[in-house]
Amino acid sequence: MVRPGMVGSGWGRSGGGHCAGSGGSTVIDVAVVSFAQRQEASISGESEVEFMVPLMEQAKAAVGLTQAEVGFTCSGSSDFLAGQAFSFVMTIDGTGPVPPISESHVEQDGAWALYEAWVKIQCGGIDTAFVYGYGKSSPGSLRDVLATQMDPYYVCPLWPDSYAVEALAARLMLEGGHVSERRLAEIAARSRSSAASNPHAVRAEPKSVDEILAEERVVDPLRPSDLPAEADGGCAVVLAAGDRARELCERPAWIRGIDHRSDAHTLGVRDLTSSMSARLAAQRAGVADDKVDLAELHGPFTTSEHLLIDALGLDEDATAINPSGGALAAHTMMGSGLIRIGEAASRLWRGDGDRAVAHATSGPCLQQNLVCVLEGD
Amino acid sequence: METDPLVPPAALSGEVTLPPALADAEPVQSVCTPIRLSYTYTPGRALSRYLRAMAGKRILGERCPVTGQVFVPPRGVSPLGGTATSESVELPDTGYVESFNITRVPIERRPDLKPPYCSAWIVLDGASVGFLGLVINIAPEEVRIGMRVRAVWKPDDELETSAANILGWEPTGESDEVITDYERIGRADPPPS
Repeated sequence: MVRPGMVGSGWGRSGGGHCAGSGGSTVIDVAVVSFAQRQEASISGESEVEFMVPLMEQAKAAVGLTQAEVGFTCSGSSDFLAGQAFSFVMTIDGTGPVPPISESHVEQDGAWALYEAWVKIQCGGIDTAFVYGYGKSSPGSLRDVLATQMDPYYVCPLWPDSYAVEALAARLMLEGGHVSERRLAEIAARSRSSAASNPHAVRAEPKSVDEILAEERVVDPLRPSDLPAEADGGCAVVLAAGDRARELCERPAWIRGIDHRSDAHTLGVRDLTSSMSARLAAQRAGVADDKVDLAELHGPFTTSEHLLIDALGLDEDATAINPSGGALAAHTMMGSGLIRIGEAASRLWRGDGDRAVAHATSGPCLQQNLVCVLEGD
Repeated sequence: METDPLVPPAALSGEVTLPPALADAEPVQSVCTPIRLSYTYTPGRALSRYLRAMAGKRILGERCPVTGQVFVPPRGVSPLGGTATSESVELPDTGYVESFNITRVPIERRPDLKPPYCSAWIVLDGASVGFLGLVINIAPEEVRIGMRVRAVWKPDDELETSAANILGWEPTGESDEVITDYERIGRADPPPS
């Protein structure tokens, strides 16, 4: 019998330290060497390419890289946010695509673009990749736009907005004794407190647990502090392999394990009080193989952060959870996951830890999860 | 028996059996699920400037600070080098036809476009790239590459912040642009200094 844990595309130490399915072939060491981000409650005066160009330039200039030297460029964004088809092609202008570049795009969070770039580097022939993810959700109503990711025949026509869908999961968790309202408020309070030192946070006013519990519910049982702090913005990341990474960065954040898994699309067949896909991705990426100094988790809701801490097997006494404040402090659709990787990596560069976990999610109720283990030398 | 958390629950399986009452029902071939999302779109810095100028019958491009190339309509970035552009360049509403096509079938949602009509790639004087427009006030068969054209604007009291202010491009009657190097067509080379 083939167990789900033994198949697929992931790689991590617990998977045997090699590319799954390729029987012992050598993995190329890849590191995150540069990161730039911008998140604001609304960037209404600038187009996507206008606010991404400075970030793209900043991420490349920080390691002295020009677009012509970049081996592969990959981005993540969504036409549903921009409200126009093929919106990403205009942002490619900002990379400097002439002379012609090797390029790809995913209609996913930028973290999945990073995964594609990581795979591309594993294929050989290149030693750098440029990855970016961005979203400007302020022109529309994000919670309604997200209804379009549901089943198009039975669910989407009912227009369940993203808060309402998460509230279904939250109710199950509360009624089943998987979490308490106080615990959710504690997660919200921690995010607010950590976000105070994050210049990119859009929700950073400290609040006590009791103050949060006193908030009026938005979609019962969820309160305002349980919800993602929606932002416009994006980020850009440079990946480099082996010696090239050491040339570009004093202390590269090496990707020691990376895996992504998807749960079923139909919410009704899933156990919404746990995340099987996050648990599996974490195992495949080797999260538990060593201590974890810090974890950047892409939990748009307090409920999702609670599930992720459990699924990834993190010890909150030993691991700093979301030192940036996480997606509860600033949630840039299509960028938040990649921003988690950048936030984790930049802390390793600064020596704020030796081993970090970064996580990205996509889809309703943590449907898809990507887990990345990063280590400084 | 202890369940393995890594093994997904058994998927729904088996054949669908319709109740007798539905035995003769016609199979559903399609469903209609209307989707409507409302956006308040903002065009950004460069396009906002362009559209505001349009309301005053002016055409604004932007110059690349590195190569000097002039792009119109502007998008705030050189689409070749990725360099941010900020210098606005006012362009005349005259230029030449770089290429064209003739549409002979109607488009359902554009009853205002009566075939045959001519769409052209117009290069404004001083621009490094062409942009799309209709060639009007001339039989489509007479349109040719190099033909000099000028913008035909909407009446002043109908002007908006919209590219639709230009109804089309009509021949100026000047002698044709002499295009000696056809390989350069479609390339955004820097303008001659």
